[in-house]
Amino acid sequence: MMKFERYEWVAITIMVSLFIFVGFIQGWSVSLVILNMCIISAIMTMGVNISWGYAGVINFGVMGFLAMGGLAAVIVSYPPITESWKAGGTGIGVSFILLVILVTAVMYINKAVTEKRNRYIFNTIVIIFGILVIRHFYLNATESIEDVNPAIAGFLGGLGLPIIFSWIVGGFFAASVAFIIGKVALGLRSDYLAIVTLGISEIVVSVLKHEEWLSRGVKNVIGLKRPVPYEINLQNTDWFINLITYLNSSKLNNIVDVSDRQQVLNNLIIDGSGIFVKLSYAVLFLIVMFIIFYFANKAQLSPWGRMMRAIRDNETAANAMGKDIVKQHLIIFVIGAAIVGVAGAMLVTLDGLFTPSGYRPLRFTFIIWIMVIVGGSGNNLGAIFGGFVIWFSWIEAAPLTTFIINQLTVGLEPTNAFKLHLLDSVPYFRYLFMGLILLLILRYRPKGIIPEKVRHS
Amino acid sequence: MIDFLNSVIVLLNFIIIPGITYGSQLAIGALGVTFVYAILRFANFAHGEIMSFGAMITILFTWFFQSQNIGLGILPTALIALPIGIVATIILCIISDKFVFQYYRYQKSVPVVLAMVSIGVMFVINAIIRIIIGTETIKFSDGQKFIMKAKQFKVMTGLNEGLALKSSQVITILITIALLTFTFWFLQKTKTGKSMRAFSDNEDLALLSGINPDRVVFITWVIVGVLACVAGTLYGLDKSYKPIIYLNLVLPIFASAIVGGIGSPFGAVVGGYVIAFSEIMVTYAYKKFFVYILPSSLEPSGLVQLLSTDYKFAVSFSILVIVLLIRPSGIFKGRVL
Repeated sequence: MMKFERYEWVAITIMVSLFIFVGFIQGWSVSLVILNMCIISAIMTMGVNISWGYAGVINFGVMGFLAMGGLAAVIVSYPPITESWKAGGTGIGVSFILLVILVTAVMYINKAVTEKRNRYIFNTIVIIFGILVIRHFYLNATESIEDVNPAIAGFLGGLGLPIIFSWIVGGFFAASVAFIIGKVALGLRSDYLAIVTLGISEIVVSVLKHEEWLSRGVKNVIGLKRPVPYEINLQNTDWFINLITYLNSSKLNNIVDVSDRQQVLNNLIIDGSGIFVKLSYAVLFLIVMFIIFYFANKAQLSPWGRMMRAIRDNETAANAMGKDIVKQHLIIFVIGAAIVGVAGAMLVTLDGLFTPSGYRPLRFTFIIWIMVIVGGSGNNLGAIFGGFVIWFSWIEAAPLTTFIINQLTVGLEPTNAFKLHLLDSVPYFRYLFMGLILLLILRYRPKGIIPEKVRHS
Repeated sequence: MIDFLNSVIVLLNFIIIPGITYGSQLAIGALGVTFVYAILRFANFAHGEIMSFGAMITILFTWFFQSQNIGLGILPTALIALPIGIVATIILCIISDKFVFQYYRYQKSVPVVLAMVSIGVMFVINAIIRIIIGTETIKFSDGQKFIMKAKQFKVMTGLNEGLALKSSQVITILITIALLTFTFWFLQKTKTGKSMRAFSDNEDLALLSGINPDRVVFITWVIVGVLACVAGTLYGLDKSYKPIIYLNLVLPIFASAIVGGIGSPFGAVVGGYVIAFSEIMVTYAYKKFFVYILPSSLEPSGLVQLLSTDYKFAVSFSILVIVLLIRPSGIFKGRVL
């Protein structure tokens, strides 16, 4: 079992007390909403931290992997739409098989043709011809799928399984995309790799946005089944009503009037059901977080983790010691992406809807990176702490700014144009906070708030 | 013959003129990225926001001039406001260098750390822009919108196809030519330009021969400020200003700089046009063109479009990836001004 240092205990205490504080000030429901997103952010941060903190492999494609996880949630849990399958299933199948044939052909050419120029020429011809053939089948199929009941369906649907399986599937989806990206792009210098991964994640999202047969695109998928009970069902369940009555028995007993008492109880049940649902999410997410945390730490302390640090700190030396750097980079990039994919599936599970146009790099790539840098790259607890603190300040920045602006402009009239303009732009101050936090941390504590522990043997 | 002329006009109107305009905007942007990369040696993610900031200041002063009834007649008022925007952008660049980047330069930090720092700067500038001007789409081009309307051209030549020429397009192209000429003249002929090239080629040797690094960095930020502000304003003038767009624009700009060979100014310009033309050519529906050029028996039934316009941004990245795989240093060997 790992031991925490004193400052790490301080960090954990701060995190817990923040939520209790918000719980008392703004209500437990708000606190739990923030907590759930914090846990998901922490998982994303751990994913990035594994590739960046352990091995120094930069991954700016967070947004794309999250979106792949989200797609997994849709594909696993949405009930299958048989008409769409009838309309275009064969077409999609044929084009998929053709795609596989095309890829094998290109790989064969790369192996068989030795001269570089001939290889380019053959590849170009085969790829262009292949794409033209595939397009023919593919476009017909997608068109007929998208014509099936476009107002509510218009896509293939999913498998109709419980959404919780998608957390694993999302990891695999993201991992397979990461494998392709890694095969292509790893080996580039770190700043090139950053730009390339950022670009490829944009491509992934734009594919999800515009391939309506697969993900319903900008029309969004709503009403995904939850892994936890619905509020309305809870409110009519006996054990839940009994639980609420039991928990609030002292308060209820003070009310004499029966109808008043029923009224109060009903309100309590409605509030309680919401909190119960969020709490169940929090428990599920916490379980996932602790599993990932446990294994990430285990891996970091293992010989494999030591090798990763060796590769990060001195590639040439590690290479001279016989470590396959390209392979290890690929492995760690894929693992990191898979964890981000899990978080992506959890995010869609929590929202119950999949909105491809909601994936923006500022929110889903750069904020995650700020979490990693602020928390402390190379330290898993630091990653979790970064995820919690940054998401917390991201949410609480708006009320805080409103408060500060009101205090500063207290002398001005409420209709003052300047004051109104400032109050209108409250949501944008959070970007200012994020930037300042990142700059300050990079300047004064470049290893993060909870830095990586230096281990000497 | 008439058919052939018509098809040429179609290409001019829908591919070549928009391609040159968009390419010019990308080229100036990529030139700025390349300058930062060659002298300061990091990938500046904040460049898009610097462009946006310049455009914002220009817009604010355009509004001011419009309210004072100062204008240029048929030319957009933004052209008078542009110099003020440039000065403001230069000040922004110098401030961000003094307070942020300088420290890491003296520390000799690795490029990745500087890239992270530039992300922090990006967030801050982004916030400032949104706080000042909001997130609405703003159209600020005034004056005469078209130099030649499609209808006028049809009447003039008697062809079926029209050729429209927006004044913003012509302004973009003219300013780009002037700016590029000046930049390359500066780099090749002046003493300061030569010292910058020396600095980017071999920093230690440059320092030994008495080149003042702070001065080189200062001049670099001045040039970057000019380029960024002009690029941002021209893009806004042509397409309308929208703060969110500039973050998306960073990616094609980086793609142009890398495709051309990052660190090589000429490469950045060529890269800008390569990216712009490929984005437009791959997503353009050629049906109209083929209708004119082919005999009617061969007329295409579909749109003859390689990719739908939704994938515009994806095209620039695919090119980026292909270039990096085949020729990692870009079309023109990069790394030196």
